[in-house]
Amino acid sequence: MTDISAAPASGSHRGSLLVQDELTRKRNAAETRFRLYGIVAISIAMLALAALLISIFSAGMPAFRQTFVTIPIELPADKLDKSGTRDSAVMAKVTTVGYAKVINEALAAALAAKGISTDGMTEKQIAGLLSPEAPAQLRNYVLANPAVVGTSLPEFELLANGRVDGFFKGRVTMESAKLDSNITPEQLQVAQKMTDAGLMGKRFNWAFITAPDASDQRPEAAGLGVAILGSLYMMIVVLVLSLPIGVAAAVYLEEFAVKNFWTDLIEVNIANLAAVPSIVFGILGLAVFINFAGLPQSAPIVGGLVLTLMTLPRIIIPARAALKAVPPSIRDAALGVGASKVQSVFHHVLPLAAPGILTGMIIGLAQALGETAPLLLIGMVAFVRDYPGGLPGGLFDPATALPVQVYSWTTRGDPGFVERASGAIIVLLVFLLIMNAVAIVLRRRFERRW
Amino acid sequence: MSTGLISLIVLGLAAVGFVLGRNRAIRDAGGDTRVLHSLPFFHGLVVFLATAVPAFLVLILWLIVQPMIVNSRVSGMIPADVAPDAAAQTLALSDVRRISGGLDAAIDQDKITPDELEAMTTDATDVRALLGTVGVALGSDVNPAVFEAAKAYRKLDATGAIGRTIAVLAAALLGFGIAFPRINRDFRARNASERFITVTLFAASTVAVLTTVGIILSLVFETFHFFTLYPALDFFLGTVWNPQFRGGSELGILPLLWGTLYVSFIALLVAVPVGLLSAIYLSEYASRRVRTVVKPLIEILAGIPTIVYGLFALITVGPILRDYFAQPLNLGNSSSSVMTAGIVMGIMVIPFVSSLSDDIINAVPQSLRDGSLGLGATPSETIRKVVLPAALPGVVGAILLAASRAIGETMIVVMGAGAAAKLSLNPFEAMTTITVKIVSQLTGDTEFASPETLVAFALGLTLFVVTLGLNILALYIVRKYREQYE
Amino acid sequence: MNDMRIAERNVDTNESKISARKVQVYYGTNHALKDVDVDILDKTVTAFIGPSGCGKSTFLRCLNRMNDTVASARVEGTITLDGENIYDAKVDPVQLRAKVGMVFQKPNPFPKSIYDNIAYGPKIHGLTRSKSELDGIVETSLKKAALWNEVKDRLDSPGTGLSGGQQQRLCIARAIATQPEVLLMDEPCSALDPIATAQVEELIDELRSQFSVVIVTHSMQQAARVSQRTAFFHLGNLVEYGETGQIFTNPKDPRTESYITGRIG
Repeated sequence: MTDISAAPASGSHRGSLLVQDELTRKRNAAETRFRLYGIVAISIAMLALAALLISIFSAGMPAFRQTFVTIPIELPADKLDKSGTRDSAVMAKVTTVGYAKVINEALAAALAAKGISTDGMTEKQIAGLLSPEAPAQLRNYVLANPAVVGTSLPEFELLANGRVDGFFKGRVTMESAKLDSNITPEQLQVAQKMTDAGLMGKRFNWAFITAPDASDQRPEAAGLGVAILGSLYMMIVVLVLSLPIGVAAAVYLEEFAVKNFWTDLIEVNIANLAAVPSIVFGILGLAVFINFAGLPQSAPIVGGLVLTLMTLPRIIIPARAALKAVPPSIRDAALGVGASKVQSVFHHVLPLAAPGILTGMIIGLAQALGETAPLLLIGMVAFVRDYPGGLPGGLFDPATALPVQVYSWTTRGDPGFVERASGAIIVLLVFLLIMNAVAIVLRRRFERRW
Repeated sequence: MSTGLISLIVLGLAAVGFVLGRNRAIRDAGGDTRVLHSLPFFHGLVVFLATAVPAFLVLILWLIVQPMIVNSRVSGMIPADVAPDAAAQTLALSDVRRISGGLDAAIDQDKITPDELEAMTTDATDVRALLGTVGVALGSDVNPAVFEAAKAYRKLDATGAIGRTIAVLAAALLGFGIAFPRINRDFRARNASERFITVTLFAASTVAVLTTVGIILSLVFETFHFFTLYPALDFFLGTVWNPQFRGGSELGILPLLWGTLYVSFIALLVAVPVGLLSAIYLSEYASRRVRTVVKPLIEILAGIPTIVYGLFALITVGPILRDYFAQPLNLGNSSSSVMTAGIVMGIMVIPFVSSLSDDIINAVPQSLRDGSLGLGATPSETIRKVVLPAALPGVVGAILLAASRAIGETMIVVMGAGAAAKLSLNPFEAMTTITVKIVSQLTGDTEFASPETLVAFALGLTLFVVTLGLNILALYIVRKYREQYE
Repeated sequence: MNDMRIAERNVDTNESKISARKVQVYYGTNHALKDVDVDILDKTVTAFIGPSGCGKSTFLRCLNRMNDTVASARVEGTITLDGENIYDAKVDPVQLRAKVGMVFQKPNPFPKSIYDNIAYGPKIHGLTRSKSELDGIVETSLKKAALWNEVKDRLDSPGTGLSGGQQQRLCIARAIATQPEVLLMDEPCSALDPIATAQVEELIDELRSQFSVVIVTHSMQQAARVSQRTAFFHLGNLVEYGETGQIFTNPKDPRTESYITGRIG
């Protein structure tokens, strides 16, 4: 190699092609290293994705199964319906405290019947095997079916305590129970015996998806019902507002706008709005919709409006791309047979661009569905147990949203809520997956190559 | 009459107008629609629009203006001892609305008659119990002044509703009266309706501008308000962030800005090499099969909501970093830290860097690669010495966009970075960012008009200006770069 | 045809530099080049002519394995350079391309300075040990490419700032800076105006003294002006190969004659 550079005039002394010289070997090693960096980078990204999904799914899957205690319950009429009218309005006077007593008796009887000893445990500890939500469960059931009072329910399912549930999911151990003021190892032993005796067991928990949120002490009762409904309402608002406005704006900018200062301003605006941090839209919503326009806090209408403003640029941009992809010859053809500009756009260009626009719309909606930060600022983080009413009035009722529910659960003290939050994320990801799958199918099926 | 009913009536009138307009055009043409300038449909459409649009505009305007007037009238009736400050005033007003809604319900359910209501006072009747029977639960007994205000509110509201009905219907009829007589065979109905459509489209496109204006106005207005309560210089140059509930807070932005930049820096440290090298590998080396599998997988990272990353930081990354790095190295024992948030945010930003870089690298003309390969350069030499330098401006733009994204990110830092405002170099310590403090100041219980709450708007404005600046710069660079190869 | 300078040319040497035997190229399932046998002589300008899509550029790109960069391309047969099969598994295309340089249809200077454009090849191939040596190579290459006098005062300005003809000569200078033995040119003048074309053609004629030059051209006049030997490709076949004068004045194959006289192509 070296003698060649000394005599640069003719290259023909250079070595044989079949033998790699020193420098080429070095260069090829560098080449291999460089390729390796790329592979390492991709592996890191893939690993991160895998770690993310595995961590969420392993933490969240247990949320869909819940430990229940199934025991026969006597419903004594003298305690639950003194009037004897079986009128649920009158029976509502009996509070959950009254039902708690009924349940405790039933539990003690069931334990005795199966020969499970509870020696050395206080009554409170025995009752502590059940969720604090259990009396409310029974009360709601009785008020909905007043006729059952005075009879006996052969098998009634009650929520087990969150710690007991955690024991069967591996979150709580005998060791951790010793340090825990909410549960004792003795309780866990009884719980284990109850499971062996068939009084306790895990099953799929629909209530996680349908029930409303629950207070700090009862993660086992917390569900996503209000959050899913709130998210659904917001998505309806976003869809109803941003589809027409977004498509109209895209059509105007792509088909009608003459190049001038104002159009430039709009275009620059849309490009930059798409990159404005989402939390700024939350501030906008707080200042304009709540403080200025006086709309109620925590309402899906406000969340929907905020998300609409945030989503609009993200819809307009793909919609314009879809319109742009329709070849000019189509417009020329329509104009050529005497259609007006408006007719050529609405009869020909828009239908051809519709699949692309729709795909962008769905992806925009999916982004809006997962958005959290702006909703925190407009009060969607509030604790809401009541389902919002029907449409359209329900838009103004307090509600929460799926991602916000996740956040508020992570701020709670009980470790059971971590499982709930991860489970809620699985629900959220399933929704997103469905939306994106629809978008992909739409694109595959209707995409046209010009 | 309710808003929904009025809307239906207006739509009904407009529909009638459509049919009448259409028929008039056909009649004027003597049944031969070929002599019409426009199709009968457009004649109908013109009448429809002339009937419906002004009426709905009046309706919307009325719906915005009426509550303002009513509220200002009614709030005058609430004495100062009931509502000493703005917050109490708002509460009292919402009580007024609830009571008046309850009274409406009571009349609807025949619990009381309107005349009885006129004579009713809080001394004589237990209003709370009465409202309870119609399902409106009140927290306390009703203050007489508030009750009178509620009665007045009801009346004003009722008057307003009547006025609204009349005004809207008048507008609809007026529009019809103007449009209908003009329908004849030579009327350019298509042009008129198309002009209307174009204007509507234009109006839709201005929503984006209005949003920006709204953002700027609300931020600037409240920030200005904040600076009247707290000196701007202390805000921008203060090194201590220590809000107090009772005033005397120190609200310096520097610790927050430091936290924001530190987290973003670590995020870019993760995302730029990984994103850029992935993009290079995928566009220059990977086979088609690998590309079709890996590219969508990386894009999945972009589609995952930030709350998921936040939870990932909270339950997985934070504890791992604490147990395996921070504690053994004696660097701290907090699971939320700059490192936690930075790494997770870095993962989130990878797809932005990689997809932008991918576009940019692909924009480098193939002829340059051929030129280099033709000289005997290896592919990696071609990439490092020809493609990357050529793509550099675009890549820089992409990194700036990613930085702006990282700076504005909220959920990951809220759940991963911590809440302590600190100026520290240790990345395993919890620090906080601008976005975290916007959330905590605006979701706290402090009074809205206090500097502790208003500071969030100043923080928001700072954030907006910084990210906007980065975006504009990045978009400018990328555009210049693209022009170079077009 | 009378103005073509054919008669003045004689072939200087008969030493074969590159020999191709039974070369087949496939793009996916498309058989783009069929059974090509060619011997390219040293210190000679060889022209490949033929209608577009005839495979002449494809064959050219086989000679320094640029087709390797096209994923779907597959090459069969043997091509030897100085008796060594360039498609041998042991051959590193990088080393090959250092010996067989290439100039492309469109001038493609790197977005770097003129100096860096020329120095790129010598740097990556490690041809120099000092800055002054590199300076020497840059100067010689630019002089050989007849560009030195135009750019010697602005070696630091970007290569993309030159005119089209200058850019193409810069690319030629860049290619000769790596001291190749063969120089491949893929329609090097198709993007240039007539004056720049004349300059480049003059340059090619001078380069003949040091390199074996292979030029693909769509212009028969150009082939006649610059080359000593000409190969005519048609529909993926090498139809006729011989001395330029003979091909243009007395083609043996009727297809060649049709093309020369303008009936096909």
